[in-house]
Amino acid sequence: MPLRRDLATDRRSLLRTAGAFAALASAFPATARKAMAEAADASSPFVAEIAPGVYTHKGQIAEYAPGNEGDIANAGFIVGRDAVAVVDTGGSMRVGARLRAAIRSVTPLPIRYVINTHMHPDHVFGNAAFEPDQPAFVGHHKLARGLSARAERYIAINKEALGEEAFAGTKIVLPTLAISEATTLDLGGRTIALEPQKTAHTDNDLVIRDVESGTLFLGDLVFAEHCPTLDGSILGWQAVLDHLTQTAAPRAVPGHGPASMAWPDAARPLQHYLKVVTDEIRVLIKDNRTLSDATATVGLSERNAWQLFQEYHARNVSAAFAELEWE
Amino acid sequence: MAYPHSSSLGARLLGVAASLAFALVAGAGAHAADEEDIWPALQKDLFAERSVVEDPSAVVLEAPYRAEDAALVPLTIRIPSTASAKKLFLVIDKNPAPLVADFTFGPAAGAGERVLETRVRVDMYSNIRAIIETGDGRLLMATKFVKAAGGCSAPALKDTDAALAEAGKMQIKHLAATGDGQREGQIKIRHPQYSGLQLNQATGYYIPAKFLRVIDVARDGERVFRMEGGISLSENPNIRFTYAAGGEDMLEVTAEDTDGKIFKGQAGPKGS
Ligand SMILES: [Zn+2]
Repeated sequence: MPLRRDLATDRRSLLRTAGAFAALASAFPATARKAMAEAADASSPFVAEIAPGVYTHKGQIAEYAPGNEGDIANAGFIVGRDAVAVVDTGGSMRVGARLRAAIRSVTPLPIRYVINTHMHPDHVFGNAAFEPDQPAFVGHHKLARGLSARAERYIAINKEALGEEAFAGTKIVLPTLAISEATTLDLGGRTIALEPQKTAHTDNDLVIRDVESGTLFLGDLVFAEHCPTLDGSILGWQAVLDHLTQTAAPRAVPGHGPASMAWPDAARPLQHYLKVVTDEIRVLIKDNRTLSDATATVGLSERNAWQLFQEYHARNVSAAFAELEWE
Repeated sequence: MAYPHSSSLGARLLGVAASLAFALVAGAGAHAADEEDIWPALQKDLFAERSVVEDPSAVVLEAPYRAEDAALVPLTIRIPSTASAKKLFLVIDKNPAPLVADFTFGPAAGAGERVLETRVRVDMYSNIRAIIETGDGRLLMATKFVKAAGGCSAPALKDTDAALAEAGKMQIKHLAATGDGQREGQIKIRHPQYSGLQLNQATGYYIPAKFLRVIDVARDGERVFRMEGGISLSENPNIRFTYAAGGEDMLEVTAEDTDGKIFKGQAGPKGS
């Protein structure tokens, strides 16, 4: 069977590349690494400190393309007294390595946790850059299942979109610590609270809260600027947002959009979008209209509210219609 | 079945054609073998030496040029009242299992215009074909090119647990009359439609194919159509169809999946 062979070769070569990259990185003298981090800083800082000890990186509002190397989602890290926790790792090994360099320009503390907000490639494909730190990779208990099922396809599509060069070293690193109930992690005098959600943006969304600063890392439970993408349940997503927005927080970090936003205000445009789509689809279903009718007409009033609307909106409508017609 | 060398061929085309299937998944990008015209070979597999003629007056196929979701591509087939179709074949040239389904019409399909709508998986950019077999044995075709990729290997079910829990649930709906004494109905059946090309999330092995093999629809005991389908029919199969108005307009549906599980449902116009 040609596929099995091709993929095996593929995986092997990816493994080899990743291995070589890691070996290279650790072979660099510390001074050279520091210089690299500073060079990155000089052009425009890779991360911003949004609260004491909390740093975030704003990904581009874009689809995977060779020019952005997969840097299309937000990521961040939290520095405790004894250790660092990373939240999402960017969309490629290269972006992950850049995040790691940014961490090293801030602190020499060990990276104890790499937490993924959910399974999507633009949030997890940089995980491999942290393997040398031997952290616990942390995710919703359904993340491994969801990502494994999509692994081959995610790799094939994103390698094609980025090109071999920008994709080099990227591979899937699954969670080693599965979160199935509210859990806390300790960074030394700094507690990170994790809360797995029911199906919303995906079936494996995890909310991460830095207790000290009150900062919420919400992954793609919140989109800003970037058109939302629905890969879970439109009703479940609204229920999760209804719940999360009941409690104010000093700031929240969305999966796409600004590096820090006011909470719960940050959720309002998304909640509006999801409601418009749901309401309009329900009317069509009541009138016995079709999936094609829905993708052609639903939610167009939201067109100017979001970047990448053309790329994602109709697909959201298609998924939402398939869900709502079973109500 | 009416067409030659039926059952083993049918099984092969509907089911998972082993190595070909895997090769196609490997080219998950849409481009592998794009230029190749595989229809002549496919036509021979399906219909032997019989000729198949494009005829827009006999069958019309509506499909989006660029699909929003490759695992959920809506198709509408219109067959004018003059066509006297006894069968309908849906074919996606480049799918691992190219024959999506064949429909055998019964007396309750009616004499007016027939409209049938369903959703399919498209694995790579491909021609999609609706082919009718007329009462006098001619094969007439409509073709549409659709840009979509990855529909067959896309993971089943966005919310795996919820959907599996509800498998077999059925909804039958009566829609508005369409004229010509025809009425319109819709059936929805919860089923994961495992294609055999989807990875099991936990084990890393492929989930064995498991899909609705047959959907038989009758109105007041008379057949509207019998569909024999395969893995290219989207999960949670959804079919809208026209039928001839009858006395009670009671729609009865019997479906059977590849595990031999039978699902039954019926509904009158008032949802009885
Ligand atoms: Zn996402």
